[in-house]
Amino acid sequence: MKYLTNKKLMITAAAFIVIAALSVVFFPGCEDTYSNTIKGVEHARLTHAPFVPPPITRDYPTKVIVNLETTEEVKRLSDGVEYVFWTFGGEVPGKFIRVREGDLVEFHLSNRPDSKMPHNIDLHAVTGPGGGAEASFTAPGHTSTFSFTAKNPGLYVYHCATAPVGLHIANGMYGLILVEPKQGLPPVDKEFYIMQSEFYTEGKHGEPGLQPFSQDKAVNEEPEYVVFNGSVGSLTGDKKLQAKKGETIRMFIGNGGPNLVSSFHVIGEIFDKVYGEGGVIVNQNNVQTTLIPAGGSAIVEFKVDVPGTYILVDHSIFRAFNKGAIGMLNVTGEEDSLIYSHKQKDEIYLGLDNKDVKSNLTVNPSVSNQTSSSGASNDLKALGKSVYSTTCQACHQANGEGIAGVFPPLAKSDFLNNNKDAVIHAVVKGLSGPITVNGKNYNGVMPPQTLTDDQIAAVLTYVYSSWGNSGKTVTKEEVSKVRGGSTASR
Amino acid sequence: MLKKIFIPVIILILTTSVSAATPVKTKPAPEGMVLISGGTYVPLYKKEDESGKQIVKPFYMDIYPVTNKEFLEFVEANPKWRRSNVKKIFADKFYLKHWAGDLQLGNINPNSPVTNISWFAAKAYAEWRGKRLPTIAEWEFAAGASKTKPDAFDDEENINRIQKWYSQKSPEKLPAVGSTEKNYWGLYDLFGLIWEWNYDFNTALVTGESRGDSNLERNLFCGSGSASARDVKNYPAFMRYGFRSSLKANYTVHNLGFRCVIDAAN
Repeated sequence: MKYLTNKKLMITAAAFIVIAALSVVFFPGCEDTYSNTIKGVEHARLTHAPFVPPPITRDYPTKVIVNLETTEEVKRLSDGVEYVFWTFGGEVPGKFIRVREGDLVEFHLSNRPDSKMPHNIDLHAVTGPGGGAEASFTAPGHTSTFSFTAKNPGLYVYHCATAPVGLHIANGMYGLILVEPKQGLPPVDKEFYIMQSEFYTEGKHGEPGLQPFSQDKAVNEEPEYVVFNGSVGSLTGDKKLQAKKGETIRMFIGNGGPNLVSSFHVIGEIFDKVYGEGGVIVNQNNVQTTLIPAGGSAIVEFKVDVPGTYILVDHSIFRAFNKGAIGMLNVTGEEDSLIYSHKQKDEIYLGLDNKDVKSNLTVNPSVSNQTSSSGASNDLKALGKSVYSTTCQACHQANGEGIAGVFPPLAKSDFLNNNKDAVIHAVVKGLSGPITVNGKNYNGVMPPQTLTDDQIAAVLTYVYSSWGNSGKTVTKEEVSKVRGGSTASR
Repeated sequence: MLKKIFIPVIILILTTSVSAATPVKTKPAPEGMVLISGGTYVPLYKKEDESGKQIVKPFYMDIYPVTNKEFLEFVEANPKWRRSNVKKIFADKFYLKHWAGDLQLGNINPNSPVTNISWFAAKAYAEWRGKRLPTIAEWEFAAGASKTKPDAFDDEENINRIQKWYSQKSPEKLPAVGSTEKNYWGLYDLFGLIWEWNYDFNTALVTGESRGDSNLERNLFCGSGSASARDVKNYPAFMRYGFRSSLKANYTVHNLGFRCVIDAAN
């Protein structure tokens, strides 16, 4: 066989190798189509609510390593109320994960060794059985690793899916993962992460102590707490969200459930753009209230034009006022009275047929039950303090400081201290028209207060004895006299 | 001649009547164990009808979980199970990590239940004592009792009580055995103290994907789940099955211990 020399054999073999190598590179074959475009590795930066990791700036897919730890801890649910939360990353809601469409995510789920339960994770961004749950089932003191490609852009919920699933979710195991579309999201000034959820406790709302989970209430979908970001007051007081007038705000909002759908609304604002249900297309403009399904999300954008405090609520309104679904966004900056004027005028209104309208409101029985026994002045002050905080504090504020230009102060007030009869008259019959208090002018309206003579005597005695005032007392008889002798409360 | 027969016959009659009058005694339970009389039982993942019933034969069960003190005796007699000698394949690196040393308990209550032991170690201890680990069926049967009834599996009040322990955090230092409740059989600490190894823990039927575990999923051995569970509200039972499924035989966990059983052969 003369023609088959060693040299020819080697050249043929080399040619085969070259062709094979080239075909692997140029023909996809059985490899998955994403793998040869992934470049590099990075570690995901995760954040706690309400903060969001910064927008992604790269324009190619990469391998992203995510490290998340599940923990079980006792934390505050509301003032005086504690709960054993099961968490992703130590807080409820779990940490925010931000990746880009096409990224290969290598997920490391660790279960802290002192956990009692096994945990896992189902990310709604994952295409695959269980959303990752079957690959990430982890006993305490272990780490599970699995990978997925973020094929679909959007804002997705993730949550624990260990049996019993309802309990793991109800205890706080949920969070959000954002898969940015390839082209990214339009730039905005501020981004926030808000997640609504419910808690089902044995004790009623506000009952203090460490509260156990109530399965009955969970099955009946009757939560004691409906909150943003895992606790009552997480977005109020000094934890308010902050923005400046003129900024564009984007909110990534999730609903961990486990049961309720949210009717999300920001009082005093309108959503310029809504990416309904967490997709990547703006599918509506000028929305007042948007629905967020349980186990779902939404993205809203709006520009703040007027300074003030904007209240975030679930507009199933008793959840906001009685269960804790309230947050706040504080906007600072210059007023714009054309967009919003605040109150321009307040006048007396005497009814359509111009009769002298007597106050015929019935006295609130729970308020009227606060009567003091004898005229002992300490009892009177205690009662007075209680009446003040339920009736007067809303306007005149906790320490009688009032609000400049709107509600006159009571603390060290010359009007108050020089004019006892006029003060009693104001509480009993109302006061309107221009007055001067401590050198400042006020021209508002104080309506007559629906209080008994006892209560008026008590609250005025309290006010006179507080905040540097003159220490006068006011008796029930003096009040009745001003009222004009009608002794309905005697 | 009659006299010779008469007396033996009288004696025979008396002895047989005496033995007929005394009841048949089962042998007394081994020390530290009680008899669980056995019966039928329906596991969580089966329907509560004829198809679901399993037979549990009578057995003796340890009244308390095995303590640190008892386990110390075991490793003293069996050097290959000491912490620095044990092979990784039989126990992971957290094996007995709460002890001060191979043979020193350190600052823990010797009567608290031993934890941070693997299935292999628990099984070896049981065999050393001439006993064995309970099967899931035996353990669940014994634990299905409340304080007053042998089968309180569906008893809502009982479930709620157990649920409360499951939702609390694990304490850092475990208390002594016997510090929680005694149930109908006289067993302590089946709830409220630690998880416990079973002989056949890895036949528990849950994948990580708890929503898909139903008996329609034929690839999963005896799949369980909300579609076919005996009592969907028995969260504690779900949690136990879930916990068992997350384990491998060489795993050690800070709140996982065990107790032993013996067959009650007559």
